[in-house]
Parts: sequence; structure tokens; C-alpha cells
Amino acid sequence: MIAPNTLPRLMHGASDRPLSLSQHESTFGSSPLSTSLLEELEASGLTGRGGAGFPTAQKARLIREQRGHSKFMVVNAMEGEPASHKDQALLSANPHLVLDGAEYLASIIGANNIAICVARDNPTVVNHLERALHERSRRSLRGPRLELHTPPWRYVAGEESALIHWLDDNESLPQYRPRRPHILRIGHSPALVDNAETCANVGLIGRYGAAWYRGLGTPENPGTTLVSVTGAVDRPTVIEVELGTTLRSILRTAGADPDPLAILLGGYGGTWLHAKHLDTPYNNAALKNLGVATGAGVIVVVPQGACGVVETQRVVRWMANESARQCGPCAFGLPSLAEDLTHIAHASRDADTAYHRLLERCGVIEGRGACRHPDGVIRFIRTAIEAFAADFDTHRRGAACAGSRATRHYASVPSLEREDELVWE
Amino acid sequence: MGVRRRSGTFLLQVNPILCDGFGHCAELAPELVTTDEWGYPIIVNEPVPLANAAAYESARYAERGCPRQALHIQRFSEKKPR
Repeated sequence: MIAPNTLPRLMHGASDRPLSLSQHESTFGSSPLSTSLLEELEASGLTGRGGAGFPTAQKARLIREQRGHSKFMVVNAMEGEPASHKDQALLSANPHLVLDGAEYLASIIGANNIAICVARDNPTVVNHLERALHERSRRSLRGPRLELHTPPWRYVAGEESALIHWLDDNESLPQYRPRRPHILRIGHSPALVDNAETCANVGLIGRYGAAWYRGLGTPENPGTTLVSVTGAVDRPTVIEVELGTTLRSILRTAGADPDPLAILLGGYGGTWLHAKHLDTPYNNAALKNLGVATGAGVIVVVPQGACGVVETQRVVRWMANESARQCGPCAFGLPSLAEDLTHIAHASRDADTAYHRLLERCGVIEGRGACRHPDGVIRFIRTAIEAFAADFDTHRRGAACAGSRATRHYASVPSLEREDELVWE
Repeated sequence: MGVRRRSGTFLLQVNPILCDGFGHCAELAPELVTTDEWGYPIIVNEPVPLANAAAYESARYAERGCPRQALHIQRFSEKKPR
């Protein structure tokens, strides 16, 4: 058992190899499946770690109340965010903790199938999981059936309805959901989708209970979370922090630039935050006042002297390319947003026109896609305009700032398949 | 046409995945739908009262006339506003 109020929880006992099943059981103790799992989960106040931050217990209760003989528990370890490495780190350290959590959630909702979804582009994690599943199948064949699924890696493939669409029909495309909450179904069976880190937290709550879990963190946002810090750091790291630690101390622990220009929170559909807010505690309750959220636990550090416009433009261009091209406002709107940002970044003659057109197009596109992909990009652009107001002003006046000529960029994006054309068809 | 209800509201909704931007809805229901620069519909967000018979009529025309059948009318009774 891990002592209460000590920090490495999710990454407890992590070494360079994932813990085997016997090591896992000696580290965390064997798993007593208490009958009041859902009550414990509700008392723990765990929120989802995949980005939306929805209460896990509420979601599980919704699926539990659905009728049907067969249900699915889906573990989402797709990790679409290019700057996020937390699921990879977690599954390379404690894969059995995630699988335990998935089994607990399956027993809550009454699922007889557990699907673990990892991107096939990450063979290391696929190997670790195959090994972990093999160990489990050798131990006992009782309980829900565990299956590994490897969809191709895409930004929107990790969106929950796209993931369900893949499991149902082998198409990683988001679905239209006019009414919320919407019950996602594989065939006719209701499915519960939870992030891998959420499952690992459930694995801890199911063992040690809600009171133990609330030993760290704040009353509104209890527990710990994994943060992937990239950008201007010594080396990109995944660290486990208590929710409510200030951003500044997270950056210090990660060995980041102590005096950055701004940081990106939550991933590429997330929000920029100016460095003057660095003393804010890292949890959703505190960050909500600033209009930002923790999202998928990504922090990208952008140092002084870098150009915020260029960073934003590169990310938005990549995000436009990652659209599934299902909805018109996203398929045509995002490339034109990227084009406007390119005009501003080059500080060409029509930079000011492009700026006003950008704001107008943001208002037009918002909320008109089937999934939240365009909304995330628009939130990203709007917060960039706030955080990098000085850079945007310089560029609108037709003078590219010194940082925009630098060759080093901090928000890393995978290379585009086709650099020259962004729109299909 | 059936019974004409005077209470309650309705909302014209589009499935953005099915929609291909034919623009028939903007022609058939100009009081509810405008198009953006790419030809995709921007639909009034607030529920419209059913008492506005002309608007409801044109919403029905738009729903019927959509070549991709991407539109549907969501009706709300007065007891449960959104």
C-alpha cells in the first residue's frame, strides 16, 4: 500500500521497464473489489483526465443505468495531442494499474468487454500492453474479456465518438451527436469511454478508497495528475503533481525556463496563458477564473524572445490539416484561419485586414462542427491573441518581430503530409 | 398539416456531417438560415416560437427540400424550455 499523502501515486514503483503482474501486486497490494465501488468513486470526486474534466462517477452511473446485456468499457490511450506523453509514460510504468481501473469500471457498469485503444504508431506501448494482457490471461480467464485495439494515430481519432466509430465500424471519424448527454454505442451495446490516466486513478480508488484519495489535492479537484512539460525545458518530461500545485513550481520541477513569455495549457486544442498568471494553482477550479483549463495535462513553455504568432500559426496549420473533413465549417474554415494567421505571421501588407478577418471567421465557425475540434482551435487562437497581444500588435503594424525569424520553434508539430495544400478534394 | 400548435418553440438543426452546402435551406427559409463564405448554413440559435407560423412553414420547407436530408426540426414544449 502507498502511504497516504505521498506523491508518486500513479507512477509509484516506476522503473525503466513496466511492472509485471506479480511486481504490480506486491507494490500496490492485491485488489479487494469492494462492493461499494461506485459510492467510493462518487465520494472521491475524480474528474476525467482526457481533457473535458467531466466527473467520472456521473458518467459511469449514466452508462450503468442503460439497459442491455452486453456493455463495453473502452480505455482511451490514443493520446492525440502531439505534446502529450502521459499515457505512454503511464503504460510504460504501470500498465496493470490502468487495467485494474478498467476492470473496476467494467464491474461498475456491468460491462463484459474491455477494449484498450492505443495508437498503432507507438509500437513500444503496444508491446507493453500485449505483454500485460498476456500475463493477465495466464493468471485467470474469469471476468470481462480484455482486448487490445490499435487504430491509426490521428488527432481526432482519440475523440470519444471517433474511437467508438472505429470499434464499431473501423472508421476513425467523429459522429454527430445533437443531444447531450449522448450514449455512445458499439453495435447496440452502450460504451463507457475513459482516459487511461482516469482508469489508473480508479485503480487506486478501488484499492484504497475515497478518503485516501482525497489526501492530496484540493477539495474541488482532489488527487494527482500527470503533466507533460515540453517546449523550453532541459528535456521534455512527464511528472506527477498534486492538483493545486502552482504552475511556477511545476515548471521548476520540470526544469523549465523560470521566466517564460507564456505557457500553453491543455494541448493544441487548449489555451495560452500569459506568464503573469504563473502563480495560479494548477487545477480546473482555479484556472476557470482565467478562462483556461488543465485539459489533457499538457504544458508547453514558450520563452521570452520567441514569437507567439509564429507558434500559433504553425500549430493551427497542423490542426487544420488534422481535420477529418466531415463538416464544411471545419474543413474549409480551419485552413482559412491558418491562412489568415500566415498573413499575420509574415507581417505582409494585409496583416491588419487578415487579423480582423480572423476574428470574424472565429465567430462564424464556432460551434458548427460535429465534434469540438474547430471549437478547440478557435479557443486556441483567441487565447493566443490575449496572451501574445504585443506580438500581434507588432505584426499587424507590418513589422515582423525578431522572434519570428528564429529557426527554433517550441510548440512542436509533426510534419505535414502535404505542406502546400491544406484542403482535400 | 395536422393540428397547428401555438404554444412551444422549435429549432431548425443541421447535421454538419451530412451537409454539403447546397444552400437550398437559405433559399427556402431565409428568415432562419444564412450562409457563410463557403456556402454552409448558419442557423438561428435561439428557439423560435411556434406561433410564428410563417417561420415554421419555411422551416418545414427547408427540412423537406434539403438534398442531403441534413436538416431536422427540434420542437420544445413550453413546460420544458432548453
